[in-house]
Amino acid sequence: MALLEIERLSVSIGATSILRDVDMTLDRGMVHALVGESGSGKTMTALALMQLLPHGAAMNGHIRLAGKDIATASESEMCRLRGAEIGMVFQEPMTALNPVKTIGEQVAEGIRWHTGASRAEAEEQARAMLDRVGLPPARFPLDRYPHQLSGGQRQRVVIAIACALKPRLLIADEPTTALDVILQAQILDLLKSLVAENDMGLLLISHDLAVVADMADRITILRRGEVVESGETVRVLSAPADPYTRRFTQASLHMPDRPAPKAASGTPLLSVGNLTREYPGSRIELFSRAVPTRAVDNVSFEMAEGQSIALVGRSGCGKSTLARMVLALDRPTSGEIRLDGQRIDNLPDDDALRQARQKMQIVFQDPYGSFDPRQKAETLVAEPLHLLDRKPTPVERRERVATVLERVGLSPDDMDKYPHQFSGGQRQRLAIARAIITGPKLVVADEPVSALDVSIRARILDLFADLTGKLGLAWLFITHDLNVARAMAEHVIVMDEGRIVEQGRTDDVLQNPQSEAARALVAASPDLRLILSGKLREQG
Amino acid sequence: MLSYLLKRLAIGLVTLFVASLVVFAVLEVVPGDPARLMLGMGASEDAIAALRDQMGLNQPLALRYLSWAGHMLIGDFGRSYTYGVPVRELIAERIAVSLPLAVMALLLSMAVAIPVGLFSAARRGRASDMAVMGVTQLGVAIPNFWFALLLVYVFAVTLRLVPAGGFPGWSAGPGPAFQALILPALALALPQAAILARVTRSALIETLSEDYIRTARAKGLTRSAVLYRHALRNAMIPVLTILGLQFAFLLAGTIIIENVFYLPGLGRLVFQAITQRDLIVVEGLVMLLVATIILVNLVVDLLYAAVDPRLRSPR
Repeated sequence: MALLEIERLSVSIGATSILRDVDMTLDRGMVHALVGESGSGKTMTALALMQLLPHGAAMNGHIRLAGKDIATASESEMCRLRGAEIGMVFQEPMTALNPVKTIGEQVAEGIRWHTGASRAEAEEQARAMLDRVGLPPARFPLDRYPHQLSGGQRQRVVIAIACALKPRLLIADEPTTALDVILQAQILDLLKSLVAENDMGLLLISHDLAVVADMADRITILRRGEVVESGETVRVLSAPADPYTRRFTQASLHMPDRPAPKAASGTPLLSVGNLTREYPGSRIELFSRAVPTRAVDNVSFEMAEGQSIALVGRSGCGKSTLARMVLALDRPTSGEIRLDGQRIDNLPDDDALRQARQKMQIVFQDPYGSFDPRQKAETLVAEPLHLLDRKPTPVERRERVATVLERVGLSPDDMDKYPHQFSGGQRQRLAIARAIITGPKLVVADEPVSALDVSIRARILDLFADLTGKLGLAWLFITHDLNVARAMAEHVIVMDEGRIVEQGRTDDVLQNPQSEAARALVAASPDLRLILSGKLREQG
Repeated sequence: MLSYLLKRLAIGLVTLFVASLVVFAVLEVVPGDPARLMLGMGASEDAIAALRDQMGLNQPLALRYLSWAGHMLIGDFGRSYTYGVPVRELIAERIAVSLPLAVMALLLSMAVAIPVGLFSAARRGRASDMAVMGVTQLGVAIPNFWFALLLVYVFAVTLRLVPAGGFPGWSAGPGPAFQALILPALALALPQAAILARVTRSALIETLSEDYIRTARAKGLTRSAVLYRHALRNAMIPVLTILGLQFAFLLAGTIIIENVFYLPGLGRLVFQAITQRDLIVVEGLVMLLVATIILVNLVVDLLYAAVDPRLRSPR
């Protein structure tokens, strides 16, 4: 008997159909991946299994857990199942834990709730579970609060909560999307071993085919609430039967055509010398001296005109701090930054800063958060024009906005729309339009595609490549995703704990990393092509 | 934690100092000579000049501020022009009524509002929630003096359970004093409870959409267990903020209710002192209220830290 059988599951909210006739089977000890783009209904499927669908959602069909149909179970029956028979791990570890309760309380709570164990017994079990997920008692006593833990550590706590009672079914909804690659590899390993140890079934929800190829025995691909293809993972991904699956895998493997880099000549566009940024540390006690932390530690590199560089490293390695200083949003503690030969780290006045800013712009990670929702696209895209020496007339302004909108693949008519009228990918195009409107020489892109679906991401990467060729732009990509580095940059800089530990041609560094940090990054980054070919070879 | 506390304390002291400057300055520029007022219309210029001298009104401003503030620090608030008794005694007499009244009203308001907020949040969007919220709307809208009169009519005039007004003093024992305060406390608590219930409900509902609520539900906790164990404490911050504001209001903003029930409270004292230009009493009262509000805010800040461990950490 299969552990989990989903048969003709349909969910709708009001008149909107969210899931239509979804079928799926998961066996004990198996990992089944549920894959699709945002809005495809992955999370809704998980919430339907838990019967935690949003208010007003209606559900139809059968969900059998070890033979018993739970689709029609009452709320009190579901309360007995949730946490005991079905555990769930969520996407966002930073907000998944209650900030006012200790981790011990939060892990022990489910144990006490279901087993009626005493506080001491439950705490003992919670302790053992936290040990198991890699949070040893010396550094992570039970009375720690969530805010004292990092994202990866918090996700371990969430996993401890979900697995505390050894549920038969574990649902993990994008469990590593918010984490950097190294943490991702650790968390995935942990999930894998917990599944094997307890003979659980794992339903892994993900949009990342490389992760899925590595983890899952079977895969179900969802699109707009319907199953387009399902089967054995390697078979489906290496020889997709459905055209959508084929497009999806191709988009995941997509490498844009980058123009050949021009030979560097003369003064470098950007030169960073011995840059250091210290932050005043927090005082541990009232009268003790604060020890400053070095976010960026003696960093030097150069960038030629039209060159693309990827700045890679784990979260917290200092790459964003470095980028902020390059953009003159933050002042270094020591060292210097030159743009076009001119110092920009200690600009004397606002006018000099304005001049420098014409030449450098930024594209942020989150296309939702970086726009004022009450302003029209024209105003948003034209924002940097105030940096120009001469203010453009309203007519010129509209013309310039129209030109850049076309350049990024939008229509000049989009100018009068508001941000919410654009899709996520279009909004990122808008952000790129805003970045190039002053005709900058350097654009810093901070995780520019990590919030986007694979197919949209492929198109945005193409756009970056296209703009490099047409405008001669230099790009500084900040990312923890080596696939983006591979796709976009001829040169890569690896940072670790504030220092540059390795730099060179992207292919050289990523194929043959020398430093420990770079090796760890490469080892932890799942590469769909390599995983598939490896698995195919295993299977003969 | 200690540095959090010290920082709050320092901010409070600075606020108190600035407030004292403002109070002193404002009353200095208010038209009307206190000495002339005290002696009445027919007083001779000589007598007024003598009294001004006696009251120290002819000394330089800075000196007067220092002596005023210095005396206040040691609890000497001066002597009332109109009552002729030390302000400290006047205030002490009134606080014995106002403070218990404010505390009773606040406790009543909390005892009603928090369960009502929980009830409504648990049934959000349903008919019972709508009905309860309709009642709270009414509670906010009803003028409290009207509600007070209604209470007097029902409980004092018709049922004769409690006196209709006046205050016997604490010397007669706590029983009669409490009886005299219970109706005013109810009248004061009604609008406060209505507001607090609405704040509690909306804070809970906001908290219920947080990710950690979903985590708790995924553990198998029932809706109500999640509400009490996870949502309530997280929703306390806005509730505490409102409570702090309400307490400050209840202590001195109760003049109408004090008049309805003939209570010798702080509100009436403030009113009388202002109409009679008894500036020394006004100054003393205002400073006392400022100090109380700062103290209440400090307590609220400490409660925040008690609720939320993130505020207790060194950073």
